[in-house]
Amino acid sequence: MKAEARVVAESDGLGGTRLAVLRGQSPLLLRQTGPRVAGGVTVHLVGGAAGPLRGDELRLDIEVGPGAWLELLSVAAQLALPGRPAPASRLTINATVAAGGTLRWIPEPLIAAAGCDHLAITRVAVAAGGALLWRDDLVCGRHGEDPGDFVADTLIRYDGSTLHRHELAVGPRAAGWNGAAVLGDARALGTVVTAGPATLTAGSATPNAAVMPLAGPGLLATAVDADIRAVRAVLDPFCAAHPTAKAPVPA
Amino acid sequence: MSLATLLLLADGRLPSGGHAHSAGLEAQVSAGRVRSVADLDGFLRGKLATSALVSAAFAAAACAAPAAFAGLDAGLDARTPSPALRKASRAQGRALLRAGRAMWPVAAIGREPHQPVALGALASAAGLSPHEAAVAAAHGTITGSASAAVRLLGLDPYAVHALLARLAPECDRIAELAAARSGDPVDELPAAGAPLLDIGAEHHATWEVRLFAS
Amino acid sequence: MHPEPQHPEPQHPEPQHSEPQHLEPHEHGPDEVPHTHPDPGVDPHAPLHSGPRALRVGIGGPVGSGKTALVAALCRALGEQLRLAVVTNDIYTTEDADFLLRNGVLPAERIRAVETGCCPHTAIRDDISANLDAVEDLESSLGPLDLVLVESGGDNLTATFSKGLIDRQIFVIDVSGGDKVPRKGGPGVTTADLLVINKTDLAPLVNADLSVMERDAKARRHELPTVFLSLAEDRAAAPVADWIRGLVAAREHGREL
Repeated sequence: MKAEARVVAESDGLGGTRLAVLRGQSPLLLRQTGPRVAGGVTVHLVGGAAGPLRGDELRLDIEVGPGAWLELLSVAAQLALPGRPAPASRLTINATVAAGGTLRWIPEPLIAAAGCDHLAITRVAVAAGGALLWRDDLVCGRHGEDPGDFVADTLIRYDGSTLHRHELAVGPRAAGWNGAAVLGDARALGTVVTAGPATLTAGSATPNAAVMPLAGPGLLATAVDADIRAVRAVLDPFCAAHPTAKAPVPA
Repeated sequence: MSLATLLLLADGRLPSGGHAHSAGLEAQVSAGRVRSVADLDGFLRGKLATSALVSAAFAAAACAAPAAFAGLDAGLDARTPSPALRKASRAQGRALLRAGRAMWPVAAIGREPHQPVALGALASAAGLSPHEAAVAAAHGTITGSASAAVRLLGLDPYAVHALLARLAPECDRIAELAAARSGDPVDELPAAGAPLLDIGAEHHATWEVRLFAS
Repeated sequence: MHPEPQHPEPQHPEPQHSEPQHLEPHEHGPDEVPHTHPDPGVDPHAPLHSGPRALRVGIGGPVGSGKTALVAALCRALGEQLRLAVVTNDIYTTEDADFLLRNGVLPAERIRAVETGCCPHTAIRDDISANLDAVEDLESSLGPLDLVLVESGGDNLTATFSKGLIDRQIFVIDVSGGDKVPRKGGPGVTTADLLVINKTDLAPLVNADLSVMERDAKARRHELPTVFLSLAEDRAAAPVADWIRGLVAAREHGREL
């Protein structure tokens, strides 16, 4: 299955945000769900089919213009499944955030089911003066199940320089993924990358989590645990408290 | 190419500060995740697939083009979210440069480069190939932690070296892979991360009492 | 990077700077061997600041012999007269530094703690890089210093400092370790530039015979000096402080140590 979706948020010129483009194809269907924040727009990804399955080729483009505020959520977890013998399924997200724009990406977790083979490629470019909060949660396998192969390949740039470059691989092909350097006994992982001048005080939240100032203007919050609920208990408040949770006050 | 020179560069007795770093092991020992040789096996396999691959690729790239050190250094910054790990890498890079400059005419690569960049520049100055730099980097990544495990946990040194011998082919494979990619643009070089290493390093850096610098 | 040295090192005489300079072996400091820089692109690594670097004195000795208390006493005795900093190598990162801070003998910015990875002797002898970095960082952040004391972690009788790290070393033992320690020797006792036999006030309590210790030390050390000390009675460690003052004065007058 091939599917593409695209959302373009821009300032409405009145201190608010409007969607210039909002289109998708199953299973990447997008719905505007009303402004959760004054001046901003919230869009939900509503899964139109199970998946991704092997062989799927999904692409999501996100564009946030100057002064716009966009939050992308999803209604349900993605469940990466084996499906028929085929090349790896792939979800490619390309996002840009202009100066004065804000993008928050806070989807439900991806569950890497046994036998899946899935690649998530994320490329985000934030212009100087733009703000980003990018969350990804992963659950390795359904209940009591070992995960299939999953690779996250993430590149976040800020003001023309690479701010955060990260790959994570779990599953049978990823040597040592369940050793004490990578995930150990944990089966749930959440990461939040923020980019832009607005930051929170860094600190180590719990023994299984850390909030880390990046070398450039941004933070990475990482939490691991046996259970996704413990990850959420750390990262949900972090996302809620982050300065990007408020739409920028129009100048 | 000189095998004896490569052995010098990869020798744990090279006075480059490595003995004071457990490369993330002390934090995981304290967290109870590494208690035995089997745990160490999992820890080292994870390191090989992640930080060793990244270090080896950047060491190979720096060996091939020491003048490109600034871009490689920034690339490692972007791959090292933990401030404690950035600090540890730069401290080891500085110490390695100090040793290397006494041994070979090392190119100017800044005062405190990331360790893999320093390693690559040393390898280049010593007349070694990018592939050899990658081997030294991958080998150093696991032997440092293994030595720390012997000291911290009192593991049987023969059992630990038997493990290192079993991991040697994987170490070679990672170095091959790293060297093959070393000509790629910096953003495309390996970026495999290890969340527990990041989290552990951040907590470790706050301890009142610790035996290793990282 | 290399605040080293215009001052002469006995082992490595300052080279003649003939032209072209960078093609000749040239000296960078006691931590490096002479080498050539054949390429113009090669790092000239100019010193961070000119002038002679600080005198570095290592203080080693077994666990509990009173190294940290001696360092504290020396800071009290010399802190007003000399530009002074301390590097500690305790097996626990901050314990010794904290002791010095708690005792208020030195402000925090003049103390660096070095982790040693369970190997305190390695950090002062075989791989001195972390200690050299700490000394250099102190000199670059505080400006020129007269004296840096490098305190080793408590180790055993064989632990000595590398000459690449320090100019002179003091070895501290105490009477409660037994009056046989000088006779046993070991590199610390036999080769240290100054042997300090500490806690003499305890000698009657542990049946240690100071005259035996003095005689054995003399036999082991020949011309090298030995002093007896009781920090309980001499809080300024006068004989050790005087010895260090002598070294600093000799260096100021350009004499080789």
